[in-house]
Amino acid sequence: MKAVTTVSGTAYPWGAKNVDTDVIIPAHWLKTITRAGLGRGAFETVRAQPGNIFDDPAYAGAPILIAGDNFGCGSSREHAAWALADMGVRAVIAPSFSDIFSGNAVKNGIVPVVLPLAAVDRLLEAARDQPVTVDLETMTVTTPYQDRFAFALDPFRRRCLMEGLDEIGLTLARDAAITGYEAATAERRPWIAGRAYARASV
Amino acid sequence: MVARTLYEKIWDAHVVEGRDDGTCLVYIDRHLVHEVTSPQAFEGLRAAGRPVRRPDLTLAVPDHNLPTTPRVDAAGRELPIADRDSAAQLDTLRRNVRAFGVPYIDALAPEQGIVHVVGPELGFTLPGTTLVCGDSHTSAHGALGALAFGIGTSEVEHVLATQTLLLQPSRTMEVRVDGALGHGVSAKDVVLSIIGRIGASGGTGHVIEFTGEVIRSLSVEGRLTVANMSIEAGARAGLVAPDETTFAYLKGRPMAPTGAEWDEAVAWWRTLPSDAGARYDRTVTLHASDIAPALTWGTSPEDVVPITGTVPEPDSFADPAKQAAARKSLDYMGLAPGTRMQDVPVQHVFIGSCTNSRIEDLRAAAAVATGRHVADGVRALVVPGSGLVKRQAEAEGLHRIFTEAGFEWREPGCSMCLAMNPDKVPPGERCASTSNRNFVGRQGPGARTHLLSPAMAAAAAVTGRLADVRELMG
Ligand code: SF4
Repeated sequence: MKAVTTVSGTAYPWGAKNVDTDVIIPAHWLKTITRAGLGRGAFETVRAQPGNIFDDPAYAGAPILIAGDNFGCGSSREHAAWALADMGVRAVIAPSFSDIFSGNAVKNGIVPVVLPLAAVDRLLEAARDQPVTVDLETMTVTTPYQDRFAFALDPFRRRCLMEGLDEIGLTLARDAAITGYEAATAERRPWIAGRAYARASV
Repeated sequence: MVARTLYEKIWDAHVVEGRDDGTCLVYIDRHLVHEVTSPQAFEGLRAAGRPVRRPDLTLAVPDHNLPTTPRVDAAGRELPIADRDSAAQLDTLRRNVRAFGVPYIDALAPEQGIVHVVGPELGFTLPGTTLVCGDSHTSAHGALGALAFGIGTSEVEHVLATQTLLLQPSRTMEVRVDGALGHGVSAKDVVLSIIGRIGASGGTGHVIEFTGEVIRSLSVEGRLTVANMSIEAGARAGLVAPDETTFAYLKGRPMAPTGAEWDEAVAWWRTLPSDAGARYDRTVTLHASDIAPALTWGTSPEDVVPITGTVPEPDSFADPAKQAAARKSLDYMGLAPGTRMQDVPVQHVFIGSCTNSRIEDLRAAAAVATGRHVADGVRALVVPGSGLVKRQAEAEGLHRIFTEAGFEWREPGCSMCLAMNPDKVPPGERCASTSNRNFVGRQGPGARTHLLSPAMAAAAAVTGRLADVRELMG
């Protein structure tokens, strides 16, 4: 994963509430077996409407998306994060995110920025004609209008984003602890070990 | 000892180690895999040369892409799948499980079904376990007292490689439902009413524990319906404390423990329910007498009304954002404020999905369909959740009730729940559906979905409109 410290540029001032992952990437795009190329399907149903924000040349290629409450709710599909990344989005600002989506976002180098509703409303206004900057170093969102909003992110996620860490590699380095846990569990809860299901086979 | 909740007990038992930043490495006991969210995870393992750490704790089953039409011809040969992308995804799963040695239930196996129906019915899902799947409705398995939640594909890869996840503890929320359910009111009405009450993001950041007399009185099937939709309230997971109902359900299931291990397991499971005096970060209480057969009117699962109600006036909502959302929803749904829900005609009925496709659901729908016929102009599908449910239903003669009443009796799978296979609702048409999401385009582009219980869906099928099932019951 590529490290990210700041995301700066135009922002889609969208503001829509309860944007579900079916809206971000409709189910028929999930038949792919790779991560690439999903930007083409991003917000397909929104883009089918004339005058939609994603086809407005003023925001073409914007690296930031500003949305309403509960962004990324619904299905766990990481395709939503892949689609956003593929269309060039590196940060999403909203009053709240679904838990699964914000996890998926971080794993794909997209910063989920939670700000209070009033700050999001202000940014929606400012972003119409000014760029927005999300800075993980200072943990702030700023605009040339001198807006400055602090946000929080759990320290591990922040580090993953800023250092572009390979989480699996990090965990594999803890192999001794995992093996120790497995040995203790085999004693305490022996029924956990998989009961191979006779019929489960290729 | 400090009093702990069910969630805290399961969490504590699974922490491999804590980290300074508050993140914990948490062990995963059970991992379900399906064809849609796993290809890129296996690809990642392959690229890094990593094996699957614990194939014995993993179970793969295809469900989303499978057509629900017959899968073999008269001679028993497998029929090809017309959609090339679907076929490729199913083939990829077959190839991956073979290459990585993962236990697998093939599309043609009698046990094939929706992953969230298969796990509990095989006894793969057990109380007190941590269980994950690359699918948000994994929350369903919490019905058996498992800490179960959906994960993204990167996390699927993480679990395959390490059998752990890096997690932050969640906040806890108790949703208590007191009293006894009225005639014609089911588990689906309970969970729709809960979501209507707390909202589609009401549970965000929380693990919900469902408690109270109503939850205790539900069968495991009913609890699965409730826990399944915890995610529609934004919750990370939903839990029901294991009890005698749970143990009776699990005993003798093919993958459940046996003999002395069973006794040992039950003894541990009995220690799991929340201690008296354990504290939740939030508690919400509902009373059964306030729960009527319910359904959705809009495009968010929080848009719930009783069947006796009317389409709401957008201005009646306090929040301006909700007013705007309601206006958009009604426009999409083709509904005018003030319309009686019971006057809304439907063209499609879908009885199925991981929320409501188990044997009890089919029995409830069949009871309403008995001696009646699907209304003119309505297409009604019954899609059992698994091959085992299908065989059980056929043994009870339910398929005959359905087909004589004009319902289509299908092969198991996700089907019209998300329209990844050929079962779709055409644009602008309306579907009474027992599934869990009424999102824009969920059942096909332009499709209009009303979420409701299996009995209510059957009532809609035979009357041709959204109907109060109580009026059709003896
Ligand atoms: S039935 Fe629907 S909600 Fe359940 S796993 Fe399948 S697609 Fe997802």
